[in-house]
Amino acid sequence: MFCPPWEAPGDRRQRFNASTLQQLLRASTSNTDCVQKRTPIAGMTTLHPDSHSDIQDESVDPSAAPSRSSTPHTPSRDRSLSIDSVRPPLPPRPNSLNLLNDETAFRASLQAEATTAVSRADIDTQAPDAGNAHSTLAVRGVPRGLKAKASLNQLASPKGSEAGDSASIRSSIQNGDIGDVEALFRDFVTAAPGDHSDAASLLHFPEFPADDVDDTGFLSEFEPVGELNEEAGNEDLLLQRWKAKQKHYLILSAAGKPIWTRHGDGGLISTYVGVIQTIISFYEDAGDQLRSFSAEDSKFVIVTRGPLHFVAISRMMESDNQLRLQLEALYMQILSTLTLPSLTHLFSLRPSTDLKRPLQGSETLLSSLADSFTRGSPSTLLSALECLKIRKVHRQSINNALLKTKATNLLYGLVVAGGRLVSVVRPKKHSLHPGDLQLLFNMIFEADGVKAGGGESWIPVCLPGFNSSGYLYMYVSFLDLRDDVDENEDISKDESVAIVLISPDKESFFEMQEMRDSLVGQMEKNGSLKVIKAAIDQGRPATTDIVPGSVLHHFLYKSRANVQFTMSSYSPEFTSISRRRRLMSIYNNLHGSIHAKNTSVKVHHCVSRSASSFAWMTAVFELYCIAEPNANRNALVQSAAKIAQWVHQEEERLFIIGGAVCAVLTCLAPTQTLTSKRRFSD
Amino acid sequence: MASRQPAGARPGAKFAQFKLVLLGESAVGKSSLVLRFVKDQFDDYRESTIGAAFLTQTISLDESTTVKFEIWDTAGQERYKSLAPMYYRNANCAVVVYDITQAASLDKAKAWVKELQRQANENIVIALAGNKLDLVTESPDKRAIPTADAEAYAREAGLLFFETSAKSSTNVRELFTAIAKKLPLDQAGPRNLRGAAPRPGVDLRPEAPGTQGAGACNC
Repeated sequence: MFCPPWEAPGDRRQRFNASTLQQLLRASTSNTDCVQKRTPIAGMTTLHPDSHSDIQDESVDPSAAPSRSSTPHTPSRDRSLSIDSVRPPLPPRPNSLNLLNDETAFRASLQAEATTAVSRADIDTQAPDAGNAHSTLAVRGVPRGLKAKASLNQLASPKGSEAGDSASIRSSIQNGDIGDVEALFRDFVTAAPGDHSDAASLLHFPEFPADDVDDTGFLSEFEPVGELNEEAGNEDLLLQRWKAKQKHYLILSAAGKPIWTRHGDGGLISTYVGVIQTIISFYEDAGDQLRSFSAEDSKFVIVTRGPLHFVAISRMMESDNQLRLQLEALYMQILSTLTLPSLTHLFSLRPSTDLKRPLQGSETLLSSLADSFTRGSPSTLLSALECLKIRKVHRQSINNALLKTKATNLLYGLVVAGGRLVSVVRPKKHSLHPGDLQLLFNMIFEADGVKAGGGESWIPVCLPGFNSSGYLYMYVSFLDLRDDVDENEDISKDESVAIVLISPDKESFFEMQEMRDSLVGQMEKNGSLKVIKAAIDQGRPATTDIVPGSVLHHFLYKSRANVQFTMSSYSPEFTSISRRRRLMSIYNNLHGSIHAKNTSVKVHHCVSRSASSFAWMTAVFELYCIAEPNANRNALVQSAAKIAQWVHQEEERLFIIGGAVCAVLTCLAPTQTLTSKRRFSD
Repeated sequence: MASRQPAGARPGAKFAQFKLVLLGESAVGKSSLVLRFVKDQFDDYRESTIGAAFLTQTISLDESTTVKFEIWDTAGQERYKSLAPMYYRNANCAVVVYDITQAASLDKAKAWVKELQRQANENIVIALAGNKLDLVTESPDKRAIPTADAEAYAREAGLLFFETSAKSSTNVRELFTAIAKKLPLDQAGPRNLRGAAPRPGVDLRPEAPGTQGAGACNC
């Protein structure tokens, strides 16, 4: 069997070495208090120069200054210069410390921060697969790691003496610190030189007010790499573009056939698919399953479902779990196109089946799903749905209109405004799965196939959460609510309102069409259409609308019982796509920290140079919010509490909660909540 | 289904409504033809149709005759094939589309014609449309199917035939007009009705918009 050079058969033992190295390292530097505190951080931050403000312990992380000076792209360099200038220049930090950048170190370093109720032992168990995940890193890293350890000790001694002096300075300057949120972007910082400017601009997030980020760097992520010309003369160029992408998704069959790739095409990347297949099957042959591994700044996550391997390669600092969730969603999309029995059947007939053909035409759905993950989707992160905020009575009258016009063959009826649910009708014993709705909303609002049709659509679709073995038939019609209609102007995604009617009967198109006509008639008559339009025009509230003078810039609130979320407006700070991505990365990180396995974190506060962020989890809700880096912690917490209070007051407007009639969906029954959590969170 | 213009419209004016289905291999330009016909628009980069789209368009044949098409624009992918009978079962007319730069697409079109002639309404009017004429106008060597070959086949099989371009709008309106002219406007007999059990209300609903449509066209 072909073995890639870095996959030496003995590497499992070496992997073990790599993770034990962490402990060794910790032990070797534990003579002094301040060094011990710093060690895990140093391990992590070798890639990204930063330090952490620790609200539990205001002691200083002396490693910050030297590392900052070694990295010219550090965003807040100017601000920190004054601090640096009083220090003797230190040698640049060796890159070999890369080794320490594994998840254990990353997690462990978080522990030194402002989390509550976490013990070090807990942290070590947060990443149970960290040990077996980093095979390539381990093989390459071990010799380097020894060096790293040595140099770390060297670095440690001079700074240890300095720490006491700098403590007072550093603890008073909060925004000079870089927290784990910055570490989130350590991949960008260590990216190849070519990527550096893009990455840096994305990273650069010094102040909130201006939203002048250049999006072109991040937007190129979504551009096609182009097609091979006839002589394949441009292959190198295309591969170069392909490799420059921050994120890849690949689907291949167990037999190694490329099925779909977000960037490029099967022909271009066949060698890479071959390598991935080899790596996966190497572990399979040993009766093992490869779940993830890291190579330098890229994380590889593999999910195997039946005859398919789903691979995510990310340089965007997402956790294994988050990437796994995204791959699950891609699998659901494939099921939604083919149904589980027909997928199984295809491969049982012929294991070497080329699934590309049966999936033809649905690639765009996979791509738009993948792109929404790359852009960062609160809905995916929280595994929840967003609803349009309207008054309870108004929602009630839309519910009533749905019930009144309900066709006999209707299973689910939805009114959706730009991906936000307005109202739902469903039969008593069936509930809707958020994962299914995510697929539907992706199809209707994100992908162009349905909307571009320009008419009403009738689409066979399998909702895998509802029943993965058969098709339902979905009627989709868009409403035009604009007053001053310019025919040629496309309705933006947020503004389009769709009536979605789902029936198990494939012949019921005209019945659904009739229901749509009378539903729209009803809604026009009772003013609901105007209400919906007004709610869309109003948009999401800004944090300052809710809490005047709030330090918060953005928040996400998930109501756990309803499996729904609400959030503040993206504008003015987060309208650009790269800033939004960055915001979502901060949320990803918060979410990852608070949902880490085997912890009971309830509150997580984290200060970085770019933002201070706060997560709060109770049995009822999860609240995540972002403020300026130097925001006062008390003000932050007060604002968060006010947001929670506001949501509680507005609950019946923000969320769809148990309709008056039994047949009206409360979005999810409690039992469904459990299933959805199992499916989407783990 | 063809039906007479209801009372109240201009005396002697005729109004008819027909079901039309578009079939053909994926990516030959079915949706583009429809979009050009219905909205007079064209997208260079169009995503594949998902499922099927339902659109309507009304045209005037002459001063007194108005025809409304109810159009099923189907997706060309193989996996939707089993749904096709639902769309052509009661169709009065069909446009089978191929791509004149892709030889295999005509074979697929022939298969559709065969299926329609065997399974669909016996009086169905079928038009064969060789799309993407604009590509051939730009560089003639791209053509994979000579006009004469397709024309000969169409004559043999009794089809209307046009080479079209949704992009440049060539022959699109002509195609649909020719179909409308060939449809039995004056003899709205039972053969033009929907299946044995028409859904309730079906005969009533189109009339109101039909009246308006006719009015608008004749003003």
